Amino acid sequence: MYEGAVQDLIDELGRLPGVGPKSAQRIAFHLLAADPVDVRRLVSALTEVKEKVRFCRICGNVSEQDDCRVCRDPRRDLTVICVVEEPKDVVAIEKTREFRGRYHVLGGAISPIEGVGPDDLRVRELMIRLQDGGVTELILATDPNLEGEATATYLARLVKPMGLRVTRLASGLPVGGDLEYADEVTLGRAFEGRRQVDV
Amino acid sequence: MTLYRDEGVVLRTQKLGEADRIITVLTRRNGRVRAVAKGVRRTRSKFGATVEPFSHVDLQLYVGRSLDIVNQAESLMSYGDALCADYPRYTVGTAVLETAERLTAEEKEPALRLFLLVIGALRALTEGEKDPSMVLDAFLLRAMSVAGYAPALDECAGCGAPGPHRAFSVPAGGTVCSACRPPGAASPSPAALALMRDLLTGEWAAAARSEERTRREGSGLVAAHLQWHLERGLRSLPLVERA
Repeated sequence: MYEGAVQDLIDELGRLPGVGPKSAQRIAFHLLAADPVDVRRLVSALTEVKEKVRFCRICGNVSEQDDCRVCRDPRRDLTVICVVEEPKDVVAIEKTREFRGRYHVLGGAISPIEGVGPDDLRVRELMIRLQDGGVTELILATDPNLEGEATATYLARLVKPMGLRVTRLASGLPVGGDLEYADEVTLGRAFEGRRQVDV
Repeated sequence: MTLYRDEGVVLRTQKLGEADRIITVLTRRNGRVRAVAKGVRRTRSKFGATVEPFSHVDLQLYVGRSLDIVNQAESLMSYGDALCADYPRYTVGTAVLETAERLTAEEKEPALRLFLLVIGALRALTEGEKDPSMVLDAFLLRAMSVAGYAPALDECAGCGAPGPHRAFSVPAGGTVCSACRPPGAASPSPAALALMRDLLTGEWAAAARSEERTRREGSGLVAAHLQWHLERGLRSLPLVERA
């Protein structure tokens, strides 16, 4: 146990995800020894993230303005919406540079066992966006796990009457991996989604 | 290192750290076990897909200090794929899993009958012949009866007088005679009580003949009885989509 401020800092750091008591102590003493300018920069970064960052009113992604960078971009294809669970999924898809449409961040997946139903996600906002009629394709890019699949099924059923093209991301073998190490469920999906090779 | 092997149904998964998950499994021989599955959230994980909820898996575990650790996992039957493709059945399935978790209060206390009930319910749900809502009610009634909370449906829950009785009281534990009837007891239709008896004993032919209204009434009584005995309500039950 340390005195006052040091112990408070260790306790606060220890509440962060993945930081145990020993790591918290190490970070605290690193900060204590660090240059005051560096510490002030960290402090201002922490305050700014809480003050400036909010959620895009169109897609629900994190943003510093009313609309996020993707929704503001005029070069984006307005006819395609890609539905993801979390803002970090937007970043992951953006890195691929394959997708030129816009996103919709649900804020999680349907998980009845955790008490999370469709009303706890941004499903209603998605329906309002689709009602405008400009969208022709909806890509369901929720996680390829049980909750993600169930959420995709729920959304597909919900938008079916609207007559859109609804697609789901493919599941299959990781690039650069070995076939023999793939688990049977993934390998089965890869077979299901195989495509013709055009030479 | 103490290793053991068991088969079980994955009830729940929780994220742990960067890429691990804690899985809660209802096993055949060891009851409810919580174990760490390391690295399963990575896309390159060998057994990530096998330890999802609704999976019936053959596991090799080693005994850890607080949680056991999954060493190997082999899928025996994956009910999740079929359930995910049908949203109402998925919601029923999650209610089955949550009930199984809540009714096993102690970890590693064998619960073979409950395990068999869960497997039976998941199989009935994926086969798709029976009404999912009735499968759920039948499972809840039988799971409660295994746990010792079976509602009295013939004799009086108070004095044991042979029935059938008309009044049903959740706090009293089932049907009650006119002498034992507490204030506020419900008066369900005889058909709803008959349906509950059929579901508890597995008379599917008789249960299938019941009317929609009777089924809804029966579901209401089963849900009320379950919530009362579990003290804290099931989170998934309000989200179940009944046809």
